[in-house]
Amino acid sequence: MTETRREPHTIHLEDYIPVVGTPEIQELHALAALLKGRTVQMVNSTSVGGGVAEILSRLVPLLKELGINIRWDVITGGNDFFEITKAFHNALHGAPFDKSPDCFDIFLDYNEQNRVRLQTDSEFTVIHDPQPVALINGRSNRAGHWIWRCHIDLSQPNPKVWNFLEPYVLRYDGALFSSPDFTHQLPIPQYLFYPSIDPLSEKNRELEPEFIRGVLDRFEIDRKRPILTQISRFDRLKDPVGVVEAYKIVKRYFDCQLVLAGGGAADDPEGGKVLDEVREVSAGDPDIFILDLPPWSALEINALQRASTIVIQKSLREGFGLTVTEALWKRKPVVASAVGGIPIQVIHKQTGMLVHSVEGTAYQLRYLLSNPSFASRLGQLGHKHVREQLLITSALRNYMTLFMHSIRQG
Amino acid sequence: MIRAQQPFQFATASYLTCICNQRATRLAELSKGLGECSEASIFYHTFHSLRRHHFLTEGFSDDFAQWIMAGCNLPELAEQLAALDLREYANLEDLRKDLRSLVADYCQAFPERAQQKAFEPFYFSEAIEVSLPLGLEAQTLEDFGKILETLSNASFHYHFVTSRLRLHLRSNDFSLWFSTGLGLDDLAQRANRIDIYTNTLEAACQQLLHLVSQEIGS
Repeated sequence: MTETRREPHTIHLEDYIPVVGTPEIQELHALAALLKGRTVQMVNSTSVGGGVAEILSRLVPLLKELGINIRWDVITGGNDFFEITKAFHNALHGAPFDKSPDCFDIFLDYNEQNRVRLQTDSEFTVIHDPQPVALINGRSNRAGHWIWRCHIDLSQPNPKVWNFLEPYVLRYDGALFSSPDFTHQLPIPQYLFYPSIDPLSEKNRELEPEFIRGVLDRFEIDRKRPILTQISRFDRLKDPVGVVEAYKIVKRYFDCQLVLAGGGAADDPEGGKVLDEVREVSAGDPDIFILDLPPWSALEINALQRASTIVIQKSLREGFGLTVTEALWKRKPVVASAVGGIPIQVIHKQTGMLVHSVEGTAYQLRYLLSNPSFASRLGQLGHKHVREQLLITSALRNYMTLFMHSIRQG
Repeated sequence: MIRAQQPFQFATASYLTCICNQRATRLAELSKGLGECSEASIFYHTFHSLRRHHFLTEGFSDDFAQWIMAGCNLPELAEQLAALDLREYANLEDLRKDLRSLVADYCQAFPERAQQKAFEPFYFSEAIEVSLPLGLEAQTLEDFGKILETLSNASFHYHFVTSRLRLHLRSNDFSLWFSTGLGLDDLAQRANRIDIYTNTLEAACQQLLHLVSQEIGS
């Protein structure tokens, strides 16, 4: 009962044929043929950890395999720089900003150091998120195509930070956003680029049934009774306490279990507090499983999602919500809040159920437990939805289409 | 075996979605936006929406109808918009006129509803098409059938649905070739009748394949 942990570099484009079909891969090759030898540079602020690095670690080798001359650079900076960029990140989400005015100079100094260190002469330069945004200073005479990929929700930014960043953003040829809800009124073209999941990663690939059974047994979860699961950090915005309240309502009607699995409690004091609150409201119920998992638990998360009867994502605020994408990919019926990027994925009553409250969550869970064939149909359509638009192969296609469009525009 | 003088050349299309700065938060704003938005936007929210959501054969396949239903809770208007059959349109301006007139008439009849704030905004977007040849061509119906078996949804949609706008005909690339290339008018008409609303793209492609097989066997 073991699952081999595979390294990302062993995965090739042809490995996706069983997942998306030969025609899709052939079309990627046809698009790539038009871009053969073109130079592309991706720049972000970290090589490991975080969603951007995870996506780039897959995208870059695949684009290389398609014949595109791509490189991936990571900017460097001291703790002071990353403290400032973390404050920028929060402020762009609308949080207050209380850093001293010299932080803007520190930010620009580090960007300038990186501009000198990095070669930025590719035909296409894609800058990810605000940290390296001022590298645009390295662009000479509007050479090449410069794109800013914004992975965060920019709809209501703190004006102190946005007023500083905006002049840099406006010098790009275009910006990429994960949802129309995340955009800001800008005079440059804004393109929709959904985030994607990798169906061959440890978190998403098919698993042997005995491995799934083994994971359930290890956590002492009963395989015979329905399992309701929410996978997320122990964060107030994911509303784990609300999930427990919804489960308690459902429990009056169905003998089911609840799994709350995630991480983030060990290195985040706020996460620790939330975890304590969840334990408090769950006390005395042996059918609630609170699993604070380490970061290397991708296979276990995958197994828990696959073993679930229904997956919940009852967030109060959300980014795109890739845990929803993962559940849909696994053909799971999903009950999720209508926030952030979730309504893009969960089309109410077609690919899942959208909810707005504890009571609504409980009702839809009961409905799906009572109507397993309807729940199964939601799961099937959810899987198709992800297959069509939210896999890494779609991301490859989107980037190549963007490059082709840029070339045609001159 | 009939050989066409001009082979059928298969192509495909990839689309980039451009989010416009124009948005609607109530029906009256949608009505105004329908008059002002680009043709690329009308295309995105109708023809392209059909491709993005082809596997959802029970819901509304166009974004305007979907938003009017889910965002404004006006099912009767949503149904009217969804009933517009894209196969009847050979250009986007005619489609825009009909969409706009349905929405504008409704706004005039129910001015209070037109000003009611929607649950969520409608973001006007545009589809930017990058088409490319696949390097596959068919000279006979038999060759055509073999290639059709392995065609992607993107390519099928390009030839069968969006081709109407390129041809400015109430037809599609396949039917046109059956008719003008092979002289098979009946097959052309039967192919053109395949319902793209109640079928997924895969199912529509299978139906076409079935018609082609029948023709070869007859």
